[in-house]
Amino acid sequence: MARPVIRVERISKRYRIGARQPYHRFSELLSRLALRTLTAPRDWWRRARTAGPTTDPEPEQPTRGELWALHDISFEVAEGEVLGIIGRNGAGKSTLLKILSRITEPTSGRFGLRGRLASLLEVGTGFHPELTGRENIYLNGAVLGMTRAEIRARFDEIVAFAETEQFLDTPVKHYSSGMYMRLAFAVAAHLQSDILMVDEVLAVGDVGFQRKCLGKMGDVAKTGRTVLMVSHNMLAIGTFCTRALLLAKGRLELDGPPREVVRQYLESGSCQEAQRSWPAEPAAEGAVARLLAARILDEHGEVAFDHDIHRAISIEIDLESFRETAALDAAIFLLNADGVCLLSVGACLGSSLGMSGVAPGRYRARCEVPGGFLNDGIHYVTAFIVRDKQEAIAMEKDAVSFLVHDYGTGRSGYVGKIAGAVRPTFPWVVERLNGLGHSPMNNESSASVR
Amino acid sequence: METPHSRADDELDWYSARSPYKLADVFELWRYRQLAVILALRDIKVRYRQTIIGLVWALLQPLTQLVIFGVLFGLLGRSPVAANVPFVVSAMCGLALWQLFSQSVAGASLSLVENQSLITKVYFPRLVLPLSSVLAVLIDFGVACGLLAAIMAWYGVAPAASLLAAPLFVVLALLVAAAISVWLAALSVLYRDFRYVIPFFLQVAFFTSPVIYQTDVLIPAAWRPVFALNPLAGAIDGFRWSITGQGGFPWLTVIVSLPLLTVLLGGGLFYFRQVERTFADRI
Repeated sequence: MARPVIRVERISKRYRIGARQPYHRFSELLSRLALRTLTAPRDWWRRARTAGPTTDPEPEQPTRGELWALHDISFEVAEGEVLGIIGRNGAGKSTLLKILSRITEPTSGRFGLRGRLASLLEVGTGFHPELTGRENIYLNGAVLGMTRAEIRARFDEIVAFAETEQFLDTPVKHYSSGMYMRLAFAVAAHLQSDILMVDEVLAVGDVGFQRKCLGKMGDVAKTGRTVLMVSHNMLAIGTFCTRALLLAKGRLELDGPPREVVRQYLESGSCQEAQRSWPAEPAAEGAVARLLAARILDEHGEVAFDHDIHRAISIEIDLESFRETAALDAAIFLLNADGVCLLSVGACLGSSLGMSGVAPGRYRARCEVPGGFLNDGIHYVTAFIVRDKQEAIAMEKDAVSFLVHDYGTGRSGYVGKIAGAVRPTFPWVVERLNGLGHSPMNNESSASVR
Repeated sequence: METPHSRADDELDWYSARSPYKLADVFELWRYRQLAVILALRDIKVRYRQTIIGLVWALLQPLTQLVIFGVLFGLLGRSPVAANVPFVVSAMCGLALWQLFSQSVAGASLSLVENQSLITKVYFPRLVLPLSSVLAVLIDFGVACGLLAAIMAWYGVAPAASLLAAPLFVVLALLVAAAISVWLAALSVLYRDFRYVIPFFLQVAFFTSPVIYQTDVLIPAAWRPVFALNPLAGAIDGFRWSITGQGGFPWLTVIVSLPLLTVLLGGGLFYFRQVERTFADRI
């Protein structure tokens, strides 16, 4: 095994949350100072009595009002490894990168690094809108840890990569967002470091830009530099990484070959987000109906958060009607990660059941979204009830969510994100046209592809 | 795997929760000097970009104050400075240094809050931010010194031989500014109240420092030791003395200032270090 360049030993990080949120007002500081002064002798006495070795303390047990974003994490990274870090939101991935890039300190534990580290937690850190492209290259480079001489040496390369030659002396506030991103990534891509840490950088920009970034990431990985990347793009993790870590609730769940870790992660998908119910309360005065539950089901009717892009997904809504109504619809909005509403569908309870009105009682409505229709990524469902075809009542925003995965089957080599709010597999007809005639050839040379 | 302090260990640079009792890593700060300079240049460029008269703004402020206080003291019929130096020259000495101090404090105190995006995304010694704000103010100070030279030429006041000591007092003023800024910068990360405290503080400091008057002319002798508790007083008195040569070296204010400044700066760096560890989490 090659020499370790990163060694993490029992890192833990605690955040205070909720009511223990530290003082943000002056009055709180004053009261704290007063309290400190009063209790200082006691604290001093306690500390003097319990003085002992302070190295390598046992990570404390979580108490109320505290959140252990990371709990006792240890691992080693060898030179040239490309390590992917995956896990759900809040699993501690970003906290880990922030600690390793020294933005924040661990509560306990330590880590060792060898060589120069560059961390890229965001594209365009430190860009100032009033400054020109040229000035921002120097500024951003310096912020990322490059010396002036290094930036000067790579300046032309950066500009060429960003394709912004003619706007170099224009303030970046006049740039299009695409140009801005290209320039920002160009600086980052030309960082010279032994260790590179990247957080979700690939998730931004247009398709062409993402393809370029992915290509550059691949190049970086090939040069033998050590790379740590946090991503939700399972395909990128599976393609570029030589090893992956799975974090769950601040703990290191799994450490192994990327494909295996990715599979485990997807299979262990928690159902929390895919299912929700609302407590039964007595009907309010004048209430017509209310939502009872919403859930996301896979093909087998099981509640599931993770779904294969080629398979059908069902959205199920339970509701209760309190009184006789002329018309009651169960309806949903389906939104993607960008908050774009992809579609709005509803079921008319009365006509679906062959009745003229809706009697009081409980109802269940299920809508199936066929496989090969949605794009990959997270989707949010807003559930609501429509009364008399007019009024939306009992709306629950982001009631449930689910993640559509593209496992890479059916793609021909391209690993970037495929553009579009949805990705339906519409039939294509491909024909071969001979240069001689103008009319399409017969059936022998045409094929239909699905 | 559990092989602490093996040979491989020695090749790694180890980091852990750092001791809060370490003041500031001067060597590390020095390694990040280019960043400090480039951030200072950014501040300067941004300040005067899209302004028509640019640096002239740096002149207008002290000029206006000179006129206002000149008229005010004229109406009162009492000169707050030694009689053998024109009021305008003496006051300009004070205003030049005051401007350096107040702009440093105002800029540096908010430097952390205004650069949150940097603090939460990249590592560098956080002290770089207040220091670069102080650097950025030096250019305005240069302009003010030019104005001072012009005024002295106009009134035919020749600089004294003690002029050579002037940089010392500029450094002293910068240190006072740094000491106060380090406190205010760290405090304003945690308590946004300080955004409102700073202008108030500066206004009080303006009148309690010998900016538009001379300590040994306006302040009664009995009160001078108390007055000298303001560390800025020593810097301004000294600067004025070094330029105009009037009144002798201000021993009292400088000597009382120095230990106070040390305590203020040391305490500030200590407090900064205490909260620096959690800036990224709490800003």
